[in-house]
Formats: sequence, structure tokens, C-alpha cells
Amino acid sequence: MGDLKLTNLNKAFGTVHVLHDVNLQIDDGEFVVFVGPSGCGKSTLLRIIAGLEDVTSGAIAIGGRDVGALSPAERKIAMVFQSYALYPHMSVRKNLAFGLENLKFKRAEIDARITEAARMLAIEPYLDRRPKQLSGGQRQRVAIGRAIVRDPDIFLFDEPLSNLDAALRVQTRAEITKLHREMQTTMIYVTHDQVEAMTMADKIVVLRAGRIEQVGSPLELFDHPRNLFVAGFLGSPRMNILKGRVVIGDDRSVLVDVGYPTLLRSDVDPAKVTAGQEVLAGVRPAHFALSDSEGLPFEVQYHESLGTETYVYGNLQGQSAQVIVHRYGHFAPAPGAILKITPQDDRLHVFDPASELALGRVSGRA
Amino acid sequence: MSGNVSAIGFFTRTRRAGRIDITDILSWLWLIGGTLAVLVPVLWAGMSSLKPEAEITRFPPTLLPRTAIQVEVQGFDKPLSLWNVTVDGETREMAMVRRIGLKAQMVDPANPGKPVSVDTRTISPVQRLTVATQNYTDPLTRFSFLTFLKNSVFVTFVATLLTLIVNALAAFALSKYRFRGDKAIFVLIISTLMIPLTVVMVPAYLVIVGVGLVDNLWGVIIPTVASPTGVFLLRQYMLTIPDELIEAARVDAASEFRIFWRIVLPLTAPALAVLAIFSVLWRWNDFLWPLIVLSSRENFTLQVGLNAFQGEFSVQWHYILAMTFLSLIPVTLVFLFLQRYITTGIAGTGMK
Amino acid sequence: MARAAGLADRALDLVMALFEAPINAIERVIGKGRMPYLFLAPNLVLFGIFTFLPIAIAIGYAFTGGADLLISNRPFVGLDNFRKLLACDSYLVPGSCEESLFWTAIWNTLWFVGFNVAATLLVALVTALILNRAIAARGFFRAMFFYPVLLSPVVIGLIWKWFLDRNGLLNAFLQMLGVPPEIFLLDVGWSRFFVVVVSVWFHMGFYTLILLAGLQAIPKDLYEAAAIDAATPSRTLFRITLPLLGPNLLVVLILLMIRSVQIFDEAWVLTNGGGPGTANTFIVQYIYQMAFAGDLRLYGLASAASVLMGLVLLVLTLVQLRLGKKVES
Repeated sequence: MGDLKLTNLNKAFGTVHVLHDVNLQIDDGEFVVFVGPSGCGKSTLLRIIAGLEDVTSGAIAIGGRDVGALSPAERKIAMVFQSYALYPHMSVRKNLAFGLENLKFKRAEIDARITEAARMLAIEPYLDRRPKQLSGGQRQRVAIGRAIVRDPDIFLFDEPLSNLDAALRVQTRAEITKLHREMQTTMIYVTHDQVEAMTMADKIVVLRAGRIEQVGSPLELFDHPRNLFVAGFLGSPRMNILKGRVVIGDDRSVLVDVGYPTLLRSDVDPAKVTAGQEVLAGVRPAHFALSDSEGLPFEVQYHESLGTETYVYGNLQGQSAQVIVHRYGHFAPAPGAILKITPQDDRLHVFDPASELALGRVSGRA
Repeated sequence: MSGNVSAIGFFTRTRRAGRIDITDILSWLWLIGGTLAVLVPVLWAGMSSLKPEAEITRFPPTLLPRTAIQVEVQGFDKPLSLWNVTVDGETREMAMVRRIGLKAQMVDPANPGKPVSVDTRTISPVQRLTVATQNYTDPLTRFSFLTFLKNSVFVTFVATLLTLIVNALAAFALSKYRFRGDKAIFVLIISTLMIPLTVVMVPAYLVIVGVGLVDNLWGVIIPTVASPTGVFLLRQYMLTIPDELIEAARVDAASEFRIFWRIVLPLTAPALAVLAIFSVLWRWNDFLWPLIVLSSRENFTLQVGLNAFQGEFSVQWHYILAMTFLSLIPVTLVFLFLQRYITTGIAGTGMK
Repeated sequence: MARAAGLADRALDLVMALFEAPINAIERVIGKGRMPYLFLAPNLVLFGIFTFLPIAIAIGYAFTGGADLLISNRPFVGLDNFRKLLACDSYLVPGSCEESLFWTAIWNTLWFVGFNVAATLLVALVTALILNRAIAARGFFRAMFFYPVLLSPVVIGLIWKWFLDRNGLLNAFLQMLGVPPEIFLLDVGWSRFFVVVVSVWFHMGFYTLILLAGLQAIPKDLYEAAAIDAATPSRTLFRITLPLLGPNLLVVLILLMIRSVQIFDEAWVLTNGGGPGTANTFIVQYIYQMAFAGDLRLYGLASAASVLMGLVLLVLTLVQLRLGKKVES
């Protein structure tokens, strides 16, 4: 069974602590994406699961079995490496067979598995070529094929698309997702690309500086980021952050004053805040509504037209950070023009500036 | 002043098409002169090795190996020497019967009748281009040359094989693992580069005595199998093999030895080839160490044997040169076929 | 080619089959983490026995006397060997030294090193500079100059001995010019001269190759920039080429010096064991004769001389590396 449980995992290289108390449960058959900025420890975590690095402390269990002391080969995992790591001196067929031979599989079984994997990935014509004679996309398939023939409990992917060009990346992304649907095997996928994370994952694990920031489905994380970091990391362009103060409305609702007559409506539990408390209000660029009469006065600096959509860059007086507003279609405000903008209902994220934690609208697990 | 500048310009200016100046001429003189300096002594020895014993010390020497012709003539017990004789304005080849003062008695070898007397100043010996193959065949059959050859081949082959394996294993450990003491061990090995064999040859010989390998080919082979240059060259190459390949193999359930043997070793082939070529040259040409270790003739390598020969047959240059040339052939072949490998290998590693 | 590769594969498989089971058994016992020690073991054992142990022995023997091999049978003589080697009225006059052959060998070696290093460096540098020009058939010439490097010292000694023979080609050539023949190798001056010539002939190709590699690593655009800056050829040579070649020159100088100090094989064959007399007896030959060639095997004295030579080599290397660093910074 391909379920995975990490308990109080710590990893240090000498004096450098790269993973802090990682606890994580992954269910059988899930597609889980580890995402985070470079140096956050996501690759180290994957390599620890693979058995390529040992842990400083903590436990790893696969299918309920403690695998901490086992070699990679004994963990029933297979891995697709960033550089593909195909053996350059072996044909594609030999590459696929190498692991099975090491495990002393019968020749007939090896051939059957290679044939099946080659069919699934449409690499039959290349079986007798060397990796050097293949294109990047073909190598990628062979690397995946090498993992498939092992019939592992868990597939591990270490940024497997980063060496492909943009078009091929989109295509391969879809193919891996399709593969997961067909095989229903646990897959753990490391990337720094939030688009890959959002499009492929059943469950995203956001890491920063060796700690798990939040775990949840892509939309949970998008809609209810647990803290400022997750809010800023997912979504492009990034969430706008405004400084403000809490105002308690007549109906006991929590409003945020960002320095203008228009107060921003939030769904924060009033029991959690006090009036006048300093907060940060987050609004994604797409979640501003424009109106002629009412709203925050947004001074346009410039805009970027992408055809189907337009990003307008500008400031709010009294707010230091630049604010980005998203509109569909063509839109060309003159620089210096003042637009009135308001966050859409239920789309305001409120964070405590000290702890950086979200104050309301939080679901999902930490 | 201008002369000074042009002499230096000779080193720095690059040739421009369609213009030949003094620096080009000097360059070509230097290169052609150097080429001659390299080739002439070697070719001269080669030519000489083909000359028969009687010809080799002739001074001034002839360029090509020639020899006087002798013919069997009916009625004479011994073969007679053949001469060009001018009789009645006609030049003929005749055999000399005897020679008295300025007169020589000559007969026609085809039709030996009464000898005619001719003036020795008008005759010259008939010489033909002959290759004295016995210079080569004699050492092969009469002396221990074949034994020397066999010993040299054995030492070269076995030592090279061991050098490759032992140093590749060490290089693998030093390039693909992190372990306690890895840097210290690497520094220790590389530091032995500074300790040439000549410095430790006396105690190394004592060690050989201690392990009972005196006058034994293994005593020649083993001491320099572990080579700091070899470890360095192979390690630097192995560092360029991506670690992900090793990890992929580990995920593929390969044992550490299988990773070495099936993944790393095949991928290190170019560096192994360079080391193999060097090892062959080192071992084939090695002299001082075998000279110290080997004492009985049947164990001599080619170089030690050649040296012994030149001591024993100091006047028999025809044999010495022939054997010198035989020992030159493998190295020259290696050079002709692998020249590019060798020169790039040296330029890349600064080793020899 | 494909068949050869197949054969190599088969050979690799065979060895794999022989050794894999025992080595994997060891891996199971000691664990993957200790495998590098196993891989290093053969190398380190050999280094230990044939490099580090000899160093220890050399130091030990240097302080003992007698002709016995077993160190337990050798009387401890303290610094006697060193004192004997160093006892001298005037170091400039080997005859006034207790161990006069040692000092003869030292002075011969010093002279040889001086001339050989200078001559080899000059010839190699000039050749490398010429080969670095855009010259036709560069590969051919490079190979040609390199060829002697591959030959055995014994072969080279014999080839040159024949070339310089009384009836050799050089004398034939001189006779054509009307110069009387000379037995070069029996004349002190000529024999020393030709030991250097042969050494340069033997090794210059190797150093040329290193210098040429260095020259070719100098970016071409530097020369283009210098040309645009109207630098004269001499300024280009002294301000760009030679400074940038510095590290290579240093490597060449160190290697050349270390190897020159160890001159033995080709000189020994060429000069019939250091002759005429002791005109070409060098330090390694002295050690060899003391330890292996004499009636009495003076291992202690030879070891003491080895230790001294090793120290000199070490100091030479360190000094030059130091100077190199200083020049660089």
C-alpha cells in the first residue's frame, strides 16, 4: 500500500538545519505536490522519502512499515530525477531492465513489463536507442518508464519538467496527470512552479525554510491560505497586501480601515480581534471590483495588456506597496488616472502582522 | 632596435594570409630543424640496425645498408668476392681469386677460365642493398631476447590491469561518497606525488626483500600499482559523472559494487584509456626499478636486458641496435595510433 | 568496434559474476556507508607498504650502519651517516670531502640541473610559442616533438650513444666539414654537454605540450584588444602572453627541476655508468651504487643520502609554490 507517514522528521547537514519537525500523512493513491521556493527543503524531503538521504531524527513509514533503515531499493519506491539520470551507456531497453535485473526478476517478466511500459508511454520505437539519441521529451518518458516497470508503491518526481521547454511542459504535465488517473498509485511530486502544483495536485504541501506551512487541496490553499507566505506564494500575480486597522461594524462584523472612507468587509470572527488592532488585508488582483463612484482611489501607473486580460499597476495613497488590479479583456487606463476599486465580497484575507497568520476564513490543515 | 622588435614579433604575430615575412621563415626553420633533430638519431640507429656486422663500423658510414657480394665459383672451395672490373674499355663483374700488391687475379664467375691480372686501382667492389635480418633473428633465437620480451609484456599487461582497477576503485570512493576522512585520504594520496620513487627506492627494495619478491616480476609490478596520478586523473573524471546517475542506480536496487562496475566504470572509459596508455608506457620503459629488483637473467625485462647486452656485447652494435629497435616498435605503434589521446591527456592533466 | 564493445561487455560481466557475490556479502555486513573504505583499501594498503613504510624505513636506516638488511641486526650509529656525507673541508672541492663521490655527484647534479632547466625551458617555450602561431601542420610538429617523450631512457641512451660513436653519424658529418673525429663520450666536457642535449631532446616535447595548452587557453580577444590598443609585439609578449602563461611556467619549472634532480636512466646508459671517470655521476646514481652496486651494501649511507635528496626536493617545491603564489598576488 502506498500510504506514507512522516513523524517529527528532522534533517541537518552538519550545523545547517534543513528540515524542522516535519509531520505529514499521505494517503494511498494521492497525487501530492511539494512546493516552495528554492532552498525550502522540498527536494531534501523527497530524497529522504526515497532513502537517498538519512534522517537526523524522526520516522518514515510506507504502507505502515517503518522504512527508516531500509535502502532505496527496499522501500518499493521509484524515482524520476530532474536530469532524468538515464544511464548514457545503455539502450533504453537496458535502462528499463537494469533495476529489474538487479532485483533478479525472470527474463520473461522483465520483457513483459518493458513492453507494457513502452506501450503506455509510446516509446516502443526507441527501445534500442541510447539516451543521447532521444529528444528531451522522449528522455523524460523513458525516465518515467523506468519508474513504471518497477511497479512501485510510491512514485517520486524531483522537478521532472524543469528541463523541458514551455510547450512540452504543458503536454507532459497532462500526461503525468493522466498516468496517475490510470495507475491510481501514490505520487509525490516536487516543484517550485506553482502552476504545476495547482494543476496536478490532489494535495499541495507548501514548504518554507524546512517547515511545512500548509497542506491542502489546491483550491483550499488558494482560497484559504493559512498565512501570509502561502497567500503570497500561490497565485500570480501575487496577492496585494494593504495595511489597515480593525473596525467593528454595527452588525458585529469585522471591517478593515485601510485609510479611506470605504471600509473593507471581512468575515473574520469578531471574537478574535479587537477594534483598532493593526492587521494586513490581502486581496488578489482578480478580486477587485471597479466602480465609478465608490471605493479606494487607485492611481494608475501603467498597465500590461495580455490580450485576454490586463494587469493595471498603481498605488493607493498612504499604502507603500504597489497594488495590482486584474481585468478581463482590453482595458487601457491613462497613467495618473484614478480608479475606484473595492474587494469583492468574501474575498478579503486578513492577517495578523506579527504572527503573519490568517485571522479568518481559514480551513484546511496546517 | 628594429631587429629586436622583429625577433620578438616572431613569437607573437600570427600569420596573415598571402604575406610571408622573416618570422615565418624563422619559425619554419626552427620546426624543420627540430623535426630533423628528433628523427635523424632514431632513423640512423634504425638504418644501422639493418647493416651486417662487417659494415656497421665502416667509417665514413654509408647511408643505406649495403654489403659486398660473394659468389660461388666452380673450381674454388671458398666463395669469392665480386668486383667491377674494366677490361678493354668494358665493365664487367668478376670474382677476385687473390690479390698481390697492386695486381689482382680475377675470373669470370660464369665461365671460370684462366684468371686475368688487373690493376687494383681500377676495380671497385660490387655492393648490393642487403638487409642483415640475422641482426634481428639472432637475438630472437640465440639470446634471451624472447624471454625479456615475454617478461616485459607480462609486467606491462598485468601492471596496467591492476593499476586501472585499484586506482579506479579508490577514485570511485573519493569522488562519489562522503565519508569520515575522505578529504584527508585524498590529500594523503596526492601528497605522494611529491615523493618520487628514486627517494624511496632503497627502503622500497628492503620492503620487497621483506615480502620475498626480490628477483620476481611481481616485485616489479606491485610497488607502483597504486598511483597518485592515476587516482587524481580518474577522480577528476568521475566527478563529472552526475551523482543522480548513482542515485538512480541505488533506487534501481544496484549494490555499491554493481554501481561501480556497471555504471561508473563504463562511463569512465575515456579517462581509463588515457591512464592505460600511460601505464603501458611507464611499465614498458621502466628501467631503474626493475634493474634493482631483478637479478637473474631469465627475469630481466626488455630494458634491463638491453642494458645488460650493451655491457656484454659492447662492440656488437649490430645486435644492440636491432634489439633497441625491436623494443621501440610497440611504443611507436602506440604513438602512431593513440597520439591524439596521449597529447590531450597530458595537456589536460600535466602528467607523464 | 561494436564487436570489441560486446567483448568488453562480456569481460565486465564475467568479472562481475566472480566478484559480486563476496563483495555484496561484505556490503550486507558492513553497510553501504562503509563501502568506500573497502574500495579504498587496496590502494591504501599498497601506498602504505610501498610508499609510507619505505619513508619510515629510510629514516630509520639513515641512522644505522653495517651492511645487514634486517634493521634489528643493524647497529645504531646516530648521525654518523649524515656526518660522513657532510664532512668536508670545502664543499666546493669534492676531493676534500670524506665522501668525495657524494659531493662530486652533488656538483655534477647541480650543474646538470642548472643547464638542463634553462635549456629545456627555453627550447620548450620557443617551440610552444611557434606552434601557437597559426601554423600549418601544427598537429604533425607537435606529435614529432613529443615522440621522444614516449621512448625508454635505455633506448634513448643507446640511440644517442651510437649517434655519438667514434664511427657515428655526427663524426661522419664533422669529417665532411673537415673537422677531425672526436670520441665525444670519453671527453669530460663533451660528455656533459651531450647529457644535457639528450635530456632536452628527450623531454622538451612534454613541456612544450603543457606550455602550448597554456598558450591556447589565453583568450584570443585579449590579443585583438592589444592590437587595437596598438601594443608592440614585444609588449604583447611580455605584458600579455608571458604573465598569463605564468601558472603553466611555474608547473613546468617545478616538474622540470624535480625531474632534473633525479637524472639517472638515460645518462647512465649513455655514459656507461657515469663516465668518463665520475664526470657524469649524479646523485641518484650515487645512491644506487652505495645501496646496490658496491661490494658492501651501504644501505644506511644510501638512505641518508635519499633523505637529504627528498628534503631538498620538498624544499624546492615549497619555495617555488610560495614564490608562485607571491607573484600571482
